[in-house]
Amino acid sequence: MTGLVTLALIAITGLGANLWWTADPQALRPVARLRPPSAEQWFGTDQYGRDVYSRTLYGGRISLQVGAMVGVVSLLLGVTIGLCSGYYRRIDAVVMRVMDGLMAIPAILLALALMALMRASVKNVIIALVIPEIPRVVRLVRASVLSLREQTMVEGARAIGAQTPRILLRYILPALVAPLIVQGTYICASAILFEAYLSFLGAGTPPIIPSWGNIMAEGRAYVQRAFWIILFPGAFLALTVLAVNLVGDGLRDLLKVR
Amino acid sequence: MLPLIARRILATIPVMGVVALTVFGLLHLTPGDPAVIIAGDYATTQDIDKIRTRLGLDRPLLTQAGIWLASVARGDLGVSIYSGLPVTRLIGQRVGPTAALTALAMLISVTLAVPLGVLAAWRQGSWLDRAIMIVSVSGFSMPVFWLGFLLVWVFAIQAGVLPVQGYQPLEAGPWQFLRHLVLPAVTLSLVYMALIARMTRASVLGVLREDYIRTAFAKGLAPHRVLLGHALKAASLPVVTIIGVGFALLIGGAVVTESVFAIPGLGRLTVDAIVRRDYPVVQGVVLVVSGVYVLLNLVIDVAYVVLDPRIRY
Repeated sequence: MTGLVTLALIAITGLGANLWWTADPQALRPVARLRPPSAEQWFGTDQYGRDVYSRTLYGGRISLQVGAMVGVVSLLLGVTIGLCSGYYRRIDAVVMRVMDGLMAIPAILLALALMALMRASVKNVIIALVIPEIPRVVRLVRASVLSLREQTMVEGARAIGAQTPRILLRYILPALVAPLIVQGTYICASAILFEAYLSFLGAGTPPIIPSWGNIMAEGRAYVQRAFWIILFPGAFLALTVLAVNLVGDGLRDLLKVR
Repeated sequence: MLPLIARRILATIPVMGVVALTVFGLLHLTPGDPAVIIAGDYATTQDIDKIRTRLGLDRPLLTQAGIWLASVARGDLGVSIYSGLPVTRLIGQRVGPTAALTALAMLISVTLAVPLGVLAAWRQGSWLDRAIMIVSVSGFSMPVFWLGFLLVWVFAIQAGVLPVQGYQPLEAGPWQFLRHLVLPAVTLSLVYMALIARMTRASVLGVLREDYIRTAFAKGLAPHRVLLGHALKAASLPVVTIIGVGFALLIGGAVVTESVFAIPGLGRLTVDAIVRRDYPVVQGVVLVVSGVYVLLNLVIDVAYVVLDPRIRY
């Protein structure tokens, strides 16, 4: 519940960023470089005199967008692959070996390697974060399909002449909705974190976009003189991920997953 | 038992083959011509052709895959495009700091997180349990590098007791070595600690409901003996598993932590290679790290068989 409220607050501040007494997040004011937090600039200013408060609020849009997109796309792809793999035994062995291979590569390294091959853009960051998540969804879906397909209701459906796609969509998928929603929430939380990691390491969203990771990456050279550039976006990021994780825990208890 | 272990070891060979092929596939199946990307924005057509021939990208895909697999099997990971040095040698130079960092972080996490998890389970629902779990969820949610900067700001910049960044090898003396490594290791250990503490709590909670635990308490055994001797022992399998699975998280965190603290390890090597589009190095590091990960989980699987004779594969 706390998680939901916090998440809603952060979403509102991000979506309505222009309403909350913000300035232009890209406006350069060289006179006001590296100012500490004050009544005018609540979170201080960065090395170009840009207002950190405005940048933080606008940055939330990118992070939430990436998190939500990665969650949705991983679920869609993972469910499709998992359903097919669990039901058609012929492709199962091959698909699962590929998934094992992907699982053996630490997620951040895999995402970094993928970003090395693609130009920096929000779309490519989403692709690079989705690929490491797919095997986890596929495993979850496949395991459930394997046990569900032996049940009497599926046998019955087949006996009355239902086609395979119909069986998968009408009989097997509904049983998977609850665990998938929970899984999707956790994927979303980790995607928000990983986007920041990629940007921080210089392999994420293009530096021109003020995502939380980018703001902190630019602030790192000024840690000693202007700690606030890193402090505030990081705090927002941590709070957001915490909120999404709490929503995930809440959903898990509510939907009685495992 | 021995044939069992041998079979388990043999089973990892195909997994490594798949990993090698996956890494290969990343380079070749991603949209975009790797030669163009490696050559950079200002390359001429001749430059691109040269790179294509040098990397063997002009040959059929299956031939390339075969060549790659064969050279990986020989322990040859290719040559860095940027420095011209063999990738294996580059990795060898950088593996020390990363190994030291992850080992220390692992040590800190396990020694702190397991007792905390047991404590939280024992006092389930109390303020102590809640506090430990809140810290644990926060551990998952905090960006590693942000935590690193917070610690640097408090301990190095404000208090001035520890160095801001840098790395000293063990040869420079154990005191210097630890002084430089303690902040990065603590930074890195938090996520891992959160993971282990959660898992320990969950599996000890499951065991605490068992009859023999009630018996142990009833016969007047001291709580610490029941918890550590009976409950933790029975609950240790999932905990050991999560230590292995969480290694992926640890290595990912190490890449970021090394960047914050300017530690010349594998993470820095990877990030530099990515900036320079030095693909053989990226490919090599990903493969080696995944190999270590697979091996670690193999060791853990084998340890199960030794520890628990009921387990059969």
